[in-house]
Amino acid sequence: MAHRLPSGGLVIDRSKPVEFTFNGQKLKGFEGDTLASALLANDQVLLGRSFKYHRPRGLIASGAEEPNALMGVGEGPRFEPNQRATGVELHQGLTARTQNHWPSLGFDVGALNSWIASRAPVFSAGFYYKTFMFPRVAWKHVFEPVIRRAAGLGKPPKEADADEYEHFHVHCDVLVVGGGIAGLSAARAAAANGARVLICEQTPHWGGRALVETETQIGGMSGADWVRGEVTALSGMENVTMRTRCMTSGLYDHGYALLYERVADHVPGAEGTPRHRLWRVRAGRIVVATGALERPIPFANNDVPGVMLASAVRDYVRLWGVAPGEKAVVFTTNDDAYRTALALHEAGVAVAAVLDARAEVKGELPARARAAGIEVRAGYGVAKVKGGKRVKGVEIGRLTGMGQVGGRREELACDLVAMSGGWSPVVHLWSHCGGKLTWDAEAAMFRPDPERGPTGHDGAVNTLACGAANGYLHTDLCLSDGRVAGMSAASATGHSRGEMPEAPEVQAIPQAHPRPLWFMPARGKYAHGTKHFLDYQNDVTAADVQLAAREGYESVEHAKRYTTLGMATDQGKTSNINGLAILADQIGAEIPQVGTTTFRPPYTPISFGAITGRARGPLFKAVRKTPMHDRHAANGADFEPVGDWERPYCFRRMTPEGRESRAQAVTREILNARQKVGLLDASTLGKIVVKGPDAGKFLDLVYTNMMSTLKPGRCRYGLMCNENGFLFDDGVVVRTGEDEFLCHTTSGGADRVHAHMEEWLQTEWWDFQVYTQQVTDQWAQVAVAGPNARKVLEKLGGVDVSDAALPFMSYVEGTLGGLPARIFRISFSGELSYEVAVPANLGLALWEKLAEAGEEFGAMPYGTEALHVMRAEKGFIMIGDETDGTVTPQDLALGWAVSKKKADFIGKRAQERAFLAAKGRKQLVGLATEDPAEVLPDGAHAVKEVKAKSRMITIGHVTSSYFSPTLGRSIAMALIEGGSERMGEVLSFPVAKDKVVKATVVDPVFYDKEGERQNV
Amino acid sequence: MSEPVSAIQGRAASGNAKGLAIGLTDAGPQGMVTLRGDLSSPALAAAVQEAVGVSVPGTREANFAGGRGAVWMSPDELLLRLPYGDAPAATAAIGKALDGEHHLALDVSDARTVIRLTGEDVPEVLAKCAPVDLAPGAFPVGSARRTHMGQIAVAFWRIAETEWEIVALRSYGHHLYDWLAASAKPGGKVGVF
Repeated sequence: MAHRLPSGGLVIDRSKPVEFTFNGQKLKGFEGDTLASALLANDQVLLGRSFKYHRPRGLIASGAEEPNALMGVGEGPRFEPNQRATGVELHQGLTARTQNHWPSLGFDVGALNSWIASRAPVFSAGFYYKTFMFPRVAWKHVFEPVIRRAAGLGKPPKEADADEYEHFHVHCDVLVVGGGIAGLSAARAAAANGARVLICEQTPHWGGRALVETETQIGGMSGADWVRGEVTALSGMENVTMRTRCMTSGLYDHGYALLYERVADHVPGAEGTPRHRLWRVRAGRIVVATGALERPIPFANNDVPGVMLASAVRDYVRLWGVAPGEKAVVFTTNDDAYRTALALHEAGVAVAAVLDARAEVKGELPARARAAGIEVRAGYGVAKVKGGKRVKGVEIGRLTGMGQVGGRREELACDLVAMSGGWSPVVHLWSHCGGKLTWDAEAAMFRPDPERGPTGHDGAVNTLACGAANGYLHTDLCLSDGRVAGMSAASATGHSRGEMPEAPEVQAIPQAHPRPLWFMPARGKYAHGTKHFLDYQNDVTAADVQLAAREGYESVEHAKRYTTLGMATDQGKTSNINGLAILADQIGAEIPQVGTTTFRPPYTPISFGAITGRARGPLFKAVRKTPMHDRHAANGADFEPVGDWERPYCFRRMTPEGRESRAQAVTREILNARQKVGLLDASTLGKIVVKGPDAGKFLDLVYTNMMSTLKPGRCRYGLMCNENGFLFDDGVVVRTGEDEFLCHTTSGGADRVHAHMEEWLQTEWWDFQVYTQQVTDQWAQVAVAGPNARKVLEKLGGVDVSDAALPFMSYVEGTLGGLPARIFRISFSGELSYEVAVPANLGLALWEKLAEAGEEFGAMPYGTEALHVMRAEKGFIMIGDETDGTVTPQDLALGWAVSKKKADFIGKRAQERAFLAAKGRKQLVGLATEDPAEVLPDGAHAVKEVKAKSRMITIGHVTSSYFSPTLGRSIAMALIEGGSERMGEVLSFPVAKDKVVKATVVDPVFYDKEGERQNV
Repeated sequence: MSEPVSAIQGRAASGNAKGLAIGLTDAGPQGMVTLRGDLSSPALAAAVQEAVGVSVPGTREANFAGGRGAVWMSPDELLLRLPYGDAPAATAAIGKALDGEHHLALDVSDARTVIRLTGEDVPEVLAKCAPVDLAPGAFPVGSARRTHMGQIAVAFWRIAETEWEIVALRSYGHHLYDWLAASAKPGGKVGVF
């Protein structure tokens, strides 16, 4: 039985009991407990069901590497699945529930999988690829839904997250990852030399294993006391920032690191406090002091609850005062696990025996164990664990030279098995950005190769591993390695005062080398009856890896994907080395030849909230608003996005029958503009000032038509092509001065066009004397369009807007109705039209003045849809409707705007290519449907011939399609192969299974072909 | 004559009034002149001195004196800051002074939203928004930076120890304000700077 010890527990406060709920049951723990330690203290050994076989599972570990104890924590909007119980700090009222079982944790139907798997080779390596192949249709409708229900971990939360998250950018000279002995030593050394140091630790406590290994003395004091002293010293230094509960999730190029700080997980709901904070760190040097993780040993049934890592057992006893069982068997390949036997013994937990895989056991730790009366059996191993939901005992026997259990079996009764297959340095961060590893055969571990570390912008190695992460498992080496790393990192960032705090003396027990032991096969078929787990979270066994190798998956990367070894959320922290060692053995290669799989961020899973930061809800997407935005909203505007802008699609009025529909509003707005006068907020239109002695020359190259000949005060419609000859933006260019132009662009295209201009200026025509400046936001602009437009402006007064003073396509500056204004006589509606621009801070005033002055002339605002319909009635193209990046001006019958006189412009050479000049290209046409009420769907395809079954050949598609209230019929534009030669032809548009719409090819200018309406 | 109205129309919160860690105030209409040209030109330096009373700032710097100033924006661009009403005349004067020298001077007073930030925690709030080193000593008074905040382009500069200005395009004004306000909640103090 697991239980709380009567005393002890370095990090818990027994004076502060904490209540929590586990699967609906009220339990008690102490402040400082993790959910894992508190559950163990309550004898909750069974904590979940496994992924494939639904086997009962309990805690294996005490920290980040825990593969089994994943649970749903929190409730409602604060519920989060798949939380590692070892990483969840206990707080008052915490609720946790187990996952992946049905109907209950104790009785799980899915465990049948395991029963079946014990009799037939299902769920083995490559199972999904081999099974359920036929019939094809069954995969989608039968197999996949069933497997999806049976497999998988937690369920996603149903409610939106109630918490806030944020990012934080910080720069430092030296980032130290890990707050154990090596990390603290490195931080001290770097800080003493004047470097700006940021040190972070993933747990709530500084010190790492120094807190647990009470046999070790540093500077004449316990590890915990030494840690306290170091932390006090560091926190008193101005150049040091310290952070616990802060996990370095990944290292990226050039010293960029992401840190995941769990600010309020242990105090949920704190007002205004973000739950998680993602630190985006730019560091000069990074010191990786991430320690090492213990490896399990793959013996049969090594997943029965009660089988744990030896170091974890020690952690539970010493940090949280919890005995994970009453009678233990320790199974080890090294000296270190004897500390666990001693810790259990000290705590009053019986140790039935220490089984040591090594034939000879001589070191001081074994000697101490023997002196304490603990039986040490050299050359012994566990063959098999007995028990289902809890360990009942172990079958043991002598190990052969090959590492198998041979000879007579014995049975030992116990409820706890502490295993230690040796230690693996945590090289994840080192490897994230390309750091290479070397195999140390003597210590049986991969360790960082300092010569081949990750490099920074200057090609120098910018990451230093130290301590256990660097393969130095002994305290004295750990400490000195950390000091050297800290000093080197500081020096590399220009901080070398040559100062160094005095090195403390370390008294630690020397340890003998381990015996590598990767697999403990019992006799019989591996896949049947018993299982030797490597990857607990993905249920991958030693037999799976062997099968994969036999089937030819010899590359470690292939074997990983075929078996899913190391692909679970724990990324194989406890399984990778064992797995690749078994693979190496099976294919007869050495471990370094097989190599490791790729380590990728995050080290442990981080929340989506932390990644998102502030960019959620209203801040998810930045929205641009014009100065008149609020007025439009109050006026019944329905907005639509145009680029980043929000523009009124239409203004829906209240009528006696209720609020207008969109279609009603659009129809009213169009007819009003055609018959009286309409107001359009055109502020979003892109505006770029181009100025300099070479401005005309520059614009002649950027536009397809000639701009240098434009007279000051005049406007010209221009087209812009890319270097492939395709049209990408259009707009009116105004010559505002001798060497100054104002280029209008599309609303969504302003940034693109400005960047295009700057790129050509900076990379090709850097010798031109031209400046460009985007002024889109500087001006609020209103289009006043319709037969009464002039009357409205004349009523405001101050500027002569008569046809004589301000003819079509000209421009004037003046004071209109008391506002400093620029008036452009241009028209996108085909009506008499003026576009009035004022400084944006006066935009609302302009809108209000125009509305007021326009009242007697029937002025009404109109939105983007009315704008679109009116331009289509006039056959004006729209970038993005009639163009799609493959359309030339000539395709759109805009050849008149492409200069034939100019020596060059962007796109000219491309347009001379044979296929762009060839006949039969798709060309712009108008379409008149046979039924005038029928509006063709946007994008509908015209076909060469309508066929009942076989595929039809398309000859083009509809680019714009509307019902025109002005003409009382539908209108459309389309790009049709050889369109200009098809006038009068009737085309077929199959729009649904049994529906073909017929339309006649007509001139795309549907209304006022002579342009009389705008020239008045 | 109608009164000019800024994009965020007087939205303001001081630390005490709205429970934020910093003062966050709409600066209202402010004069801004974009000046592009050869920043080493004596004529340009004289024109800047005449317009805003300070010398041409160095790279990533801002010179301010008596509510007027000049901010370095790029190797050939300055942003001049002055009262709103003075901008048209200043722009015209610069044009006259630099006549014959290739340059661009534009009154862009209405193109941006200006927010005034005050308080000791401004560096920390800004560090939540932009990838800039704001540690003590790294961004002293007179520093300026063009950078981004989430998805939008911004620029900010430090006028005095606890007084800053941040600008973004006018149309993004509300987004700028809302993002800063969310980042300035007192419960979110990082305690690093």
